[in-house]
Amino acid sequence: MSVYQHPYKDADFVIRHLLEFDEFCESNGLDEVNSDFANVILSEAGKFAAKYLVEQNQQGDLQPAKLMEGKVLETPGFADSYHNFVEQGWPSLSASEEFGGQGLPNLFSVACNEIWQSANLAFSLCPLLGQGAITALEKHGSESLKTQYLEKMISGQWTGTMNLTEAQAGTDLAAIKTRAEREAGQYRIFGQKIFITWGDHQMAENIVHLVLARLPDAPAGVKGISLFIVPKYLLDEEGNPSTENDVRCLSLEHKMGIHGSPTCVMSYGDNDGAIGYLVGEEHCGLRYMFSMMNHARQGVGVQGLGVSERAFQGALEYASQRVQGSDKAGNSIRIIQFGDVRRMLLMMKSGAEAMRALCYSAGFEDDIKSRSSGDEQQATAAKVAFLTPIVKGWSTELAQELTSLAMQVYGGAGYIEEAGVAQHVRDARILPIYEGTTGIQALDLTIRKTLLDNAAQANAFIDEIQQTVDTLKSQDEGGHLYLGLASALYDAKSALEWLAKNPKQADSVAANNLQLWGYLLGGWLMAKSAIKAEQLLEQALGDSDFLKAKLVTAKFYTEHFLVRTKACIASIEAGSDAITSLSEEQFFSHVN
Amino acid sequence: MKVLVAVKRVIDYNVKVRVKSDNSGVDLSNVKMAMNPFCEIAVEEAIRLKEAGIATEVIAVSLGVKACQEQLRTALALGADRAIHVESEEELESLNVAKLLAKVVEEEQPGIVILGKQAIDTDNNQTGQMLAALTGMAQGTFASKIDVQGDKALVTREVDGGLQTVELNMPIIATTDLRLNEPRYASLPNIMKAKRKPLAVKTIEELGVSIKAHTKLVAVTPPPERQGGIKVTDVAELVDKLKNEAKVI
Repeated sequence: MSVYQHPYKDADFVIRHLLEFDEFCESNGLDEVNSDFANVILSEAGKFAAKYLVEQNQQGDLQPAKLMEGKVLETPGFADSYHNFVEQGWPSLSASEEFGGQGLPNLFSVACNEIWQSANLAFSLCPLLGQGAITALEKHGSESLKTQYLEKMISGQWTGTMNLTEAQAGTDLAAIKTRAEREAGQYRIFGQKIFITWGDHQMAENIVHLVLARLPDAPAGVKGISLFIVPKYLLDEEGNPSTENDVRCLSLEHKMGIHGSPTCVMSYGDNDGAIGYLVGEEHCGLRYMFSMMNHARQGVGVQGLGVSERAFQGALEYASQRVQGSDKAGNSIRIIQFGDVRRMLLMMKSGAEAMRALCYSAGFEDDIKSRSSGDEQQATAAKVAFLTPIVKGWSTELAQELTSLAMQVYGGAGYIEEAGVAQHVRDARILPIYEGTTGIQALDLTIRKTLLDNAAQANAFIDEIQQTVDTLKSQDEGGHLYLGLASALYDAKSALEWLAKNPKQADSVAANNLQLWGYLLGGWLMAKSAIKAEQLLEQALGDSDFLKAKLVTAKFYTEHFLVRTKACIASIEAGSDAITSLSEEQFFSHVN
Repeated sequence: MKVLVAVKRVIDYNVKVRVKSDNSGVDLSNVKMAMNPFCEIAVEEAIRLKEAGIATEVIAVSLGVKACQEQLRTALALGADRAIHVESEEELESLNVAKLLAKVVEEEQPGIVILGKQAIDTDNNQTGQMLAALTGMAQGTFASKIDVQGDKALVTREVDGGLQTVELNMPIIATTDLRLNEPRYASLPNIMKAKRKPLAVKTIEELGVSIKAHTKLVAVTPPPERQGGIKVTDVAELVDKLKNEAKVI
């Protein structure tokens, strides 16, 4: 049974000191919202997770959802937890007040999501998907759809799903075949969707499916896709769920991890067609989907953080108790005393802290964006757009390494399911795949967000990081943080220059470019954290144990993660030569 | 009928307690603080009395440093209607707490005062009893059930060897035992509402109580660390060690 406690001190440090959240609240006149209040909310969320979600994590793994007579029965106990989750008002955290949300900053939502995801990744996917569906409706739904659906979705009484993928249409959504037919005031939907997370369950009164489909006269390709709401139960005149719609779950996937989250094959329109309602305008569905893509992709990045933190805490507990060997005086040694175990623990600690700093920063930019206007809003939007593929691609890839290191700390015991860490390794593996694979994130960053942007946002970050480098230099010219960050920043500049000269090779180098930026931004935020920690220590403010640990953690990150930008730039500068040289036959030349 | 519920800020029960190196007390700097678990039960019981229509108002009171207001906000988020903070930078011993509470009782005239039976930091188990003596109210300590019936209350007490039910004339003082109820969690909308509920701050001078120290904390020492075991070769050696080293036989 693996342990979990919300890392409230680090969350508070990031919110209060790194992001300077109180200054934002003051300048925006936020009524009584501040870092202290964030603490109150997160501490209650932590308590809730400890009671209702943490232990059920393993149960979800061992007793996956089942399909019985056309209905998906979720893991025993999940429904109770979900009811409590709804009763306590957690789904409404940052949704708009107009429809019963609490209107709190997105930053709170990101920090709470970390808690739910650490506690129970499979469970947390249900409300996470709901958040995505809510955002889509808030932004693009007609007033009547909002009135009918939003309040119940925001409260969590109804859950939401996202139906994009079809067997032949994964990354390439242009290949979608699900069709929609016009009918007076509504549409009929016919087709099959796969990989639908929480596509069916019995925890809520209704499930609101958001479905991408194509009208008969739609233009070919991505410009011919429309977005529909298809409720599991159609609403009666009072707006309550009544008759069953023509939609059902055909089967459940047998997955490597996140067993507690039912992944459904959904069938629409086996009989007369599933009744659906258009969101926004016809043929604009993919654009609507993209408008919430930032949110969803960042959400998955936070999952990388959540599962890494959980795995780290388990490994830390194990390492501080497991006795192996004894010293010369005959005292037994706990494995946390061994250098290599400490290295692995610090990899996890510094990696998770850097991810937290990055995920919270990116989430916070969203708050800045929604409370600014004009040029400032555009500049923040560009920042969010640039950060999103990094949050998603880098955090979820790093989560593979960190969960794997957690297992390594346990030794052979970790490979045995009973220890609990194997579940984190298996659960984490989906993260770089769904919601756009790492390859897609890398292309998004390198081509769309960098080359097509003439590197404007990339250079804006380089300028910001340069300021931190200057600060570090003025404080300690020979210091490891200064040297490490300056050198990594140089690598990022070199990568930009190389890309500008070799734009056609972008797809071959994109993955390394993404990782370079991830390690750089992580290192930058750790350096900024160290500067803050130093200031607080000088003023004798705060928890000195925590702050001194932060300094060491930043140093370790610089020495073990930030240096990886050198490998990235070397591979980038090698270009696509080897990558494109082999013929397809040559790939098989060792067997044929 | 008003219910007054006392709330103490203590070290969080999850925290591994460390004793200061000079043995002057428990190291509380930068450790997580929380509402005393027995006080959580007291707050829960007060809210249930209100939900059952027996109480009309729940007032939470805490005494101590400014940060106690965090725990009062928690009580408000759980469902208390308003809060009173009696500010004191000095650590207050039980009798002084009881005297201050007696003043608040005098001002508020509650029908029931509910306190935790003890706080998990000092384990004194005496404030409720002292308050009963000072106010002349009937007391039902270690309660596992509180049943208000008009001007009487039946309080079931957890005593050695079983349960004892006493009938008390209202108003009463009750102190909570673990099995009285299972406290709820604060819901998000209630946390939001709690920010706007009234929280009055009073000073010790305003309450007109003179604080006098009756006890002095001499030293706090951690329990001895567990020593590693040894293997004995035979029964004789075991008996010898038990007799001469451990001195237990």
